[in-house]
Parts: sequence; structure tokens; C-alpha cells
Amino acid sequence: MDLFTFLSSSVMVLVVFTIVLTLVPISVYLERRVSAVIQDRLGPNRVGLPLTLFGAKKDFHLFGLFQPAADGIKLFLKEDHTPAHVNKFYFILAPALVMVPALLSAAVIPFGSTMDMPFFEGRQVQLAVANVDIGPLLIFAIASLTVYGIVIAGWASNSRYPFLGGVRSSAQMISYEICLGLSIIPVLLYFGDLNLGRIADQQSRDGWLLLPIAFGGDGPVVDWRTLLLLPTLLIAFIIFTVSLFAETNRAPFDLPECETELVSGYHTEYSSMKFALFFMGEYAAMVVGSALIVTLFFGGWALPFGLDNLIRDPATGAFPWWASLMHMGVFLTKVIGFIVFFIWVRWTVPRFRYDQLMKLGWVVFFELALANILLAAILIAIFG
Amino acid sequence: MAYIKIKRPRLGLFEKLYLPALIKGLRITLGHAISTLRGKKRETMQYPEEKWDDNMPEHYRGAPALVTDEQGRERCVACQLCEFICPPRAITILPEEIPTEDKWAKVEKRPRKFEIDMIRCIYCGLCEEVCPEQAIFLRKDYAITGLTREDMVHDKEKLYEIGGVRTGLVNKWNELK
Amino acid sequence: MPVEEALLPKDLAAAEGMVNVQINGVWHRFPKGTRLIEAIGKSGDEVPHYCYHPKLSSPGNCRMCMVEIGMPARLAPGAEPTYDDEGYLPIQWMPRPAISCATMVSENLGVRTKSTLVEEARHGVMEFLLANHPLDCPICDQAGECRLQEFAVGHGRGGSRFVEQKTKKPKNVDIGPRIRLDDERCIMCSRCIRFMDEVAMDPVLGFSERGGYTTLGVHPGRKLDHNYGLNTVDICPVGALTCNDFRFQMRVWFLKETPSIDTNCGTGINTVIWTRNDQVYRITPRENNDVNSCWMPDSHRLNFHYLHGQHRLTSSLVRDGDHHRSAPSHNAAGKVASALKSAPKGTAALVVSSRLTNEEMFLAKRLAEKCGISAIATVPREGEADDYLVAADRNPNTQGFLRIFGDQDRAATLQSLRDDVRSGKIRTLLTLQEDLLAPEAGFTQDDLEKLDFLASLHLLDNGTAAAADVVLAGSGFPENRGSMINVTGRLQRLNRAINPPGEALTNWEWLATLLRETGADVFDGEAAAFKALAASDELWQDLTLARIPDNGIQLYETGIKIPLVERERERIARGEING
Ligand code: SF4
Ligand code: SF4
Ligand code: SF4
Ligand code: SF4
Ligand code: FES
Repeated sequence: MDLFTFLSSSVMVLVVFTIVLTLVPISVYLERRVSAVIQDRLGPNRVGLPLTLFGAKKDFHLFGLFQPAADGIKLFLKEDHTPAHVNKFYFILAPALVMVPALLSAAVIPFGSTMDMPFFEGRQVQLAVANVDIGPLLIFAIASLTVYGIVIAGWASNSRYPFLGGVRSSAQMISYEICLGLSIIPVLLYFGDLNLGRIADQQSRDGWLLLPIAFGGDGPVVDWRTLLLLPTLLIAFIIFTVSLFAETNRAPFDLPECETELVSGYHTEYSSMKFALFFMGEYAAMVVGSALIVTLFFGGWALPFGLDNLIRDPATGAFPWWASLMHMGVFLTKVIGFIVFFIWVRWTVPRFRYDQLMKLGWVVFFELALANILLAAILIAIFG
Repeated sequence: MAYIKIKRPRLGLFEKLYLPALIKGLRITLGHAISTLRGKKRETMQYPEEKWDDNMPEHYRGAPALVTDEQGRERCVACQLCEFICPPRAITILPEEIPTEDKWAKVEKRPRKFEIDMIRCIYCGLCEEVCPEQAIFLRKDYAITGLTREDMVHDKEKLYEIGGVRTGLVNKWNELK
Repeated sequence: MPVEEALLPKDLAAAEGMVNVQINGVWHRFPKGTRLIEAIGKSGDEVPHYCYHPKLSSPGNCRMCMVEIGMPARLAPGAEPTYDDEGYLPIQWMPRPAISCATMVSENLGVRTKSTLVEEARHGVMEFLLANHPLDCPICDQAGECRLQEFAVGHGRGGSRFVEQKTKKPKNVDIGPRIRLDDERCIMCSRCIRFMDEVAMDPVLGFSERGGYTTLGVHPGRKLDHNYGLNTVDICPVGALTCNDFRFQMRVWFLKETPSIDTNCGTGINTVIWTRNDQVYRITPRENNDVNSCWMPDSHRLNFHYLHGQHRLTSSLVRDGDHHRSAPSHNAAGKVASALKSAPKGTAALVVSSRLTNEEMFLAKRLAEKCGISAIATVPREGEADDYLVAADRNPNTQGFLRIFGDQDRAATLQSLRDDVRSGKIRTLLTLQEDLLAPEAGFTQDDLEKLDFLASLHLLDNGTAAAADVVLAGSGFPENRGSMINVTGRLQRLNRAINPPGEALTNWEWLATLLRETGADVFDGEAAAFKALAASDELWQDLTLARIPDNGIQLYETGIKIPLVERERERIARGEING
């Protein structure tokens, strides 16, 4: 590895880290504001720049954008209480085990196109920390570690509600991991590739997976082959999205921490930053999940309708630096859009019962995903 | 055990799909969101610029406090019934005997210490209801704040300060004794 | 009907000295001479009553205990009795109710306790009792355990029709050093008068005036200052008599009741300890007809304030130069244990108080064996028996000491220990719950200074503690669990009512810690120690600590009798009371 690769990778790590960690408070803020407007309320709208503290005449409220910062400070300053009856080692380990996988799996997500480096003639960089050939598999492998964090938290708390939360969560996550994995096989069959970078790139040429219209490319504007596969892809998308809700413990599948039954589930005994880590881990998982959906089904960083074909360097397939930065923006917009969708669903759909959740996973989605794979495989075999 | 059979509606295939209902739900919440964003609807009251003070309901239950009557007598006789009834055990009372030289010595008993822990109080009003002496009332004060836990414990002095004088109560101790 | 008259229930009963009584339609059998109120009580029903007390005579002056009764019709001359299928005579009910406390059971008596007639009678009595009763409940100490309140709810009318001015009577009357009287609340049951007359044999109380103005008072020039006077407070069904010591201290409904025994003298009076939040508020006697009937001397019942007084030790102390500093309990215990263990043979001694429980003494004995200590003494405490309950032996567990450490002349043992300390033979001394400077123990300051090492396990900061090298903060009687043997040879149990304050530990915990520090096995709690103790003494072989009945169990007879209990037995034999 030469110095350039090392440096660019380091910068990339920093950027991804920052993006995910910034998106977390943003999603928290969105969660509160969106839930508020859905319920005819206002939500946090006060915390801004407290300029009066420094002698100014007026504070800037900035729509309460600084609320997450205030929350963060508050959580830092809270008493970090470790109950006497817990298993200390695992009790402290658990929050980390929830946060780390979420951040790790962000590594393989391409958050921008391949960029022509401005000051290093002839060098190109793929905007992703690890442009590996097993992207989705890596994400699934790492993300399933989260369940250990939750189970350990529930067990180490040595208390009934967290324990129940932990048990529920392990059953739920294991069940839905299967659907999650099976559901995207048609997509992977379609792309014939496991490299998320190349998958995004392909969508920038041929149009998004769920919007297969592309101008200016080498192929036809609408590929009939893709059109034929579209229903299976749509089913894959639905199963994948719903399973992701379950996998990230979001409403309507937030049974591991459902307040009405379990106080607050596996993190009942946690306080201060340990609690904050669970909280952030959950939102980080949501961010990464959204990014994955966007990358697989909505073209990742790509503009719609193959518009990228117009600015692409035909020889190397790379983009000038400004276009790459724009792609980054496009990607973030899509991800935030999806986060808002996550939130919107949470404040619309009531929580499932546990048996309903299990039935949905094992009886409906599991079978549907299998049939879908078969269908896609046959279609691809015949027309591919 | 008696069983009550509930008739659940039979769902058609379309309804069983769940997705249409989901979309309907999303439409409703979206509708609310849009109307709130356009400023048509708003339930939030912008405290502290807007306050309930003017239109506080008659039955509002704020901080519990002790009262004195027209004669300036502290009405509480430390019967400790409120301490007993208080669900979160917010009240602590230590009774004492009223010294013979006191004007109200015939009442015999009064609280030496009367404390309500406002961190514990749930404003249920049971103390007011149970008091046989009409000595404790829930006032309309709702902004009870403090910087320490100790601040939040209202002692006898503070309770009488909040409670003030209350007139028109039954004065059974004024009879000849 | 039956030809064989011997088969009739009345004859069967009479053969055993019993009579048949029908209570609410069910036939029961009771010994002759039983009062109806007791009979109804035994049948599982309850009659509200004020003036009746099983240990006192029955004047029948409250009228609350009225029931409907009936007897077989008196036969016309020459008529034959007609027995029903079960062999009883038909009952003719009387048109007016009768008081059950002064009626004796008789053959073929019928009783109804739930009829309309009875309910109406009770309503009437309650209404009269409440007519002049003040609205004092919020300030009345009796509230919560007041019979008037209870029966007003259970048998009262619910509202008052009395609109006239209530009679005014003296309130807050000082009738004695320990008791306050409120005449307005008195319902004229005369229980207090009868107690002072019949049990305390000091008749200072009496009624004056008549009708609605009847007033209870003390005899002019006298005070109610008898040592058993506070029992009147217990038996007063209302708040007319209240105890100065407990007055306005705490509401009874907050108090936790723990059955235990008194440790002020060898009688081991059965008590209830009333506590809240690790504080003792009062102690009342508990009925035990073999030990203390229903009574208790004031001197014993009020002797608990030292537990929460300023002299109570709340942490252990270790000598540092010429003053003490507080030390963690394991440090203090470690110091004592190593001093005892390292003392050359024959130079260490133990003073074991006869106020310790059997279990604590047993541990102390183990400790002595483990450290090779043979000089063990206890402090005898003799006083005067008071011809009621208080025994001459003021130690509660002398019998236990003698059983565990062997029969001995306790005074002589103590004398020889004193001599050994003075002569310098004994150089290390641990005293368990005894103040060596107290007159009974007879040590002097000089004696204690001769010692190389003095440790004191006590709950108070006393003279011995001041002279000691290590002071272990111990526990008092409501904090201990264990058993004691009283002067008559009765095994009784103390129960833990509160926890020791601060870092003080119970005597048991201290002894267990000391034993552990010396490397011995320790029992898993007092019950286990009792088991080991029981295994070593055939007398209590089948017992466990938990299995000792609440009223104790007579292990052997020492020949010592409790005068008050004896007098009560005579009264029962004479038929004056039911007991
Ligand atoms: S309002 Fe309720 S909670 Fe508050 S002090 Fe009174 S009884 Fe207690
Ligand atoms: S119930 Fe009323 S009189 Fe009794 S202690 Fe409470 S405030 Fe005082
Ligand atoms: S004696 Fe009983 S009824 Fe009378 S004031 Fe006291 S508590 Fe109330
Ligand atoms: S003072 Fe109590 S015990 Fe004595 S007569 Fe009156 S009510 Fe009865
Ligand atoms: S108890 Fe019978 S008259 Fe009082």
C-alpha cells in the first residue's frame, strides 16, 4: 500500500465516521420533529445558539436544531449509575457491542462515485472505506453481532424486564436475518455482483433498480429484461425493508424495548452514556440500513434516469471531483429521505404482537422470499 | 371464569394484505403533518410565553400546602392521616404536644415537623380529601422547581407560605372546651 | 321419644361437667361456669364489648355485649318435656336482649348474635356512647386501635341525631406521673377501676357524679402512680387514658408489631414491640397466662429509651493513645480475636452477661474453648421480687447461663475473677454486654487499668468502654433474635424487631465474627446455633428456634412461682373470672 492509498483510506474512514455520527443526531432531531407534526404538535423548537449568554440581545432558535447537542450534553452529565446486582464486565461491554457493528458495517457502503483526484493526476478514488467484493454479506455478518450486545445487556442487567427484552430481541433478530438475507438474493442475481460499489455504478448507467430508465447510456432507455424482473425486485424490496425494520428494532417491531410491557426493555438498567450508546447504536443501525436500501434499490449515489452518463469520464468511468461531491450530497439526501420514511412509519403503525411478528417472519416472508428467488432465477435463466 | 366471546370481523384477502391499510395510515399521518406544517393545527402551548394561569380549571391540583384560618391557628393537628394515605409516601410528620401556655393549648396536638417531598408528590389530592381538619389543600401552584433534592422538600414554613390563610372552614376547635 | 334418658345430649354433657348451648343455630358444648361472651368467642363468633375483660370481674355496665337469648319453656306441672330429633328442648326466645358478659352458660341455652334485635340494641348503645363523645379522633392517641371507632363503624348508626350541646368534662387531666386522663373520651367501662382494685390492689380510681356527668377521677390526695398503672392504658378501650411516654409520638397504624419478651428481669414477660423505621415507640404486654397474664410493670415497659439515646454506640472504637477512634468492624473484631488467641494460657477471661440469649452464650462458650479460656464469669443481679411479676433475679437468662456453662456459685466465680484481675493473673479480658464498673460487677477503675487488653461488647458508651482498648458496638434486646429461659424454667423466644443503628452489629454477629477470626466454623444464623445447642442438651432435643411457641415452652420447674399468676389462678378457681 502506498502512502496515497493509506492517506485516502484514512480520510475516508474519518468521513464515513463523521457522516454516520452526524446522521444519528439528525435522525433523532427528525424523529422528534416529525413525530410532533404528525401529532399536531411542534416538537423541540427552542434550542439554538444561546447568544444572550454572551451578551447578545437575542437568541437564535434555528428551529431547535441544537436540541440533539443539548441532549448529548445532558446524557454526558447524567449520573452514570451501575446497579449493584449486575454483571459489571458484560454490563459495560454490551453498549459497545451494539454501537460498534453499526459503525463497522458502514465501511462497505459507497457514499459517492469514483472520483478523479484533483491534485494527483491520474489517480482515482472510490468513495467508500472498503470497496470489497462481498459488501452485503459483510454487512449482514457484522450487523448480526448487534444481537449479542442486546442479549448480553439483557442478561447482564440481572433484572426481569431487560432479560425479557433480550430474549425477545434475539428471537426476533435471528428470524428476520433470514428473511433479510433471502430477500435480496434476486437483486444480487440481477446484478450478478456482490460489490456494492459496482452495483451503484451499474445503476448510475442503467437507471435505478426500481426506476430502470436511463438516457444517454450505451443501452436502451428502458430495458425490457429489467421490466420483466421488476415485480420480483419490488417484492424483494418490500420484504427487505420490512425485515430491516425488524432488524433495527424500530416500530412497529420494537418489541425488545416496548415500554408498555417491558419498561424500556434491554436497556432498562442503563443510564448516562451507556444508555446513549444503545440509543445511538439503534439510530446508527437505522442510518446504515437506509444507506443499504438506497444503494441496492435506489441507485446509491447515482442521479436518476442515468443522468450521470453525461458527466462521466468515458475512458476511466470516473467523475470529476465536483461531481463526486455532488453524488455524496445526492446519497445523503436519499438516505435522509429514507430515515424520514422510517420515522413516518413508526408514528403511523401500531406495534405488532409478538406472535404476529414471528408469524409474519416465518410464515409469510420466509416463504415469499424463497418463492421470489425461484421466480427470479427462472426468469433470469430464460431471458438473461 | 366467564368467557366472553368477541366477534372479530373476518378480513378479506385485500385487507389481509395489510399494505393498503398501511398506505391509508401513512396518508392520514401525512395529512396531519402537512396541516401542522402549514400552521393550521397546533395543540402545543408555548410555555413560558403562554401559560394556563388565566384559564386554569377550578379543580386543578397543584402543590399541596397547609393553611391557617381566620384566627391564625394552624389547622393541622398532626393526625398523620395524610401521611398514611399518601400513595408515594411524600409526607413526613412528627407530631408534638402544644404547650399549656399556648393560646390553642386545648387543641393539644400539632406538627413539630411537616414535610412534603415534592419530588415524590404525584398531586393526587388524597391528602386534601382525607384531612379531617381541613388543613391541607392542593393549590394552583404548578411550577415547583429547585436545584437540589433538599430544595424540593417543602417544610412546614414553606407549606404555610404557599397555603396562606383560608376562610370559611369549619371551626370545631373554637367551641368551648 | 327416647326411652333411654342417659342418651340425651344434656346428660352426656353433664357427665363431663359441660352444658349444651345453641349459638346461631349450631349446638356447642362448654364447661359449666363459662361466661356466655367467652362461649360465643370460642364458637368463632365475636361480640362487641367494652367493659368485659377476661381477667377482671364482670360488672356489666357498658351494655354493648347484648345478645338475644332463649331457654326451654318452663313446663306446666305434670307436662312431659318434648325433645326434638337431636334430643334438645325447643327454645323460647326472650323478648329483650341480655348482656352476654354477665350471663353464664346453662343447659339448652339458645343465643343469637346476628338478629335484628341484637343489631338494634347495639345501635342504641353506640348512639348513647357517642352522644357526648368529643370529635377528638384526629388528636386522640387511641385512634386506630380504639374500640369505640371500630364498633361505631361496625355497629353504629352512621350519623348522629344529637344536636344538643355535648357535656363538657375535664380534659388533659394529670392523674399520675405516667398517665394522662381525658374524661370526655371515657365511656365509663370501669375497666381501669377494676384493674387497679383487683389486680394492682391499689384502688385509687373511681367514678363521681351521675348520669351523663359521670366522671372518672383519682382519689383525692392520691395519684395513679402504681408501677402497674400503665396497664390501665392498655385495657382502656378508648383514648381516655393515654401513656405520657407514647403520647403524640406516632400513630399506631404505622407501627410494626413484633412479639418478643422482656429482658429486665427473670420473669421474661411476653411483650409486643411496636416499631417504625428501626425505632421502638412502645412496648406492651402480650397475653401469656403462665408468665404474665396480660400485664407488665411500667418500669420494664418504659425501659427502652436508652436504645435510641445519646449514649448508644453506633460504631466500633479502637484505642489510639489516650482516646478512641472509630474503626471498621472487621478491624476491631480482628484485634480482639488476636488478643484472645495470643494470650498465654490462663491469663485471659470472659465475662458473659446473663442478659445474652442462649445462642449468644453458646457462641461465647465456643469462643472460650477455641481460645483456651477457662475463666468465665457472669454478673448476678439480685433485686427484690415485687409480689406481682418482677422476679428477684434481674437477669433475664440466668437459667440459660447455668445450663450452658454449668451449675455454679456465680457470685463466687465473679469474686475469684475479680481477685485474679487484681493479682495480675488475668491480663486479657473480654466483657460481653456487662459494664464492669457497675456496682453489681464490682470492678474498679484501677482493676481495669491493670489489664493488658480489655475489650467490651456493649451497646452503650459506659465506663468500661472508656477504659477498653477495643469497644465493639453491640445490640439491645429488640435487635436480637434468640431464646432465653426464665426463672420458672420456661424457654421463650426473642424476635428481632429493629436493626442496630449505624455500624453497630448484633451481639450474635459480633460473636460469630470473633469466632470466624479465630478460625472456627460459624453457624449459619441463630437458628443453626440453637440446633447445635439443642443437640448437646437432651432437655430441648426436639426443638428448633422457630418451633418454640410464641408463648414459650416449660422445660423444667425451678419451683419459683409468679405471684400475680398464682393469684389469677385462684380467682379462676373461685369462679370470679374466666381468665
Ligand atoms: S397530593 Fe397525593 S402525593 Fe401529593 S402529598 Fe398529597 S397525598 Fe401525597
Ligand atoms: S390529615 Fe390534615 S390534620 Fe392530619 S396531619 Fe394531615 S394536614 Fe394535618
Ligand atoms: S376515644 Fe376513640 S372515638 Fe374517642 S376520640 Fe379517641 S379515637 Fe376517637
Ligand atoms: S378511663 Fe378508659 S378504662 Fe377507665 S372507665 Fe373510662 S373508658 Fe373505661
Ligand atoms: S361487656 Fe357486657 S356489659 Fe360491658
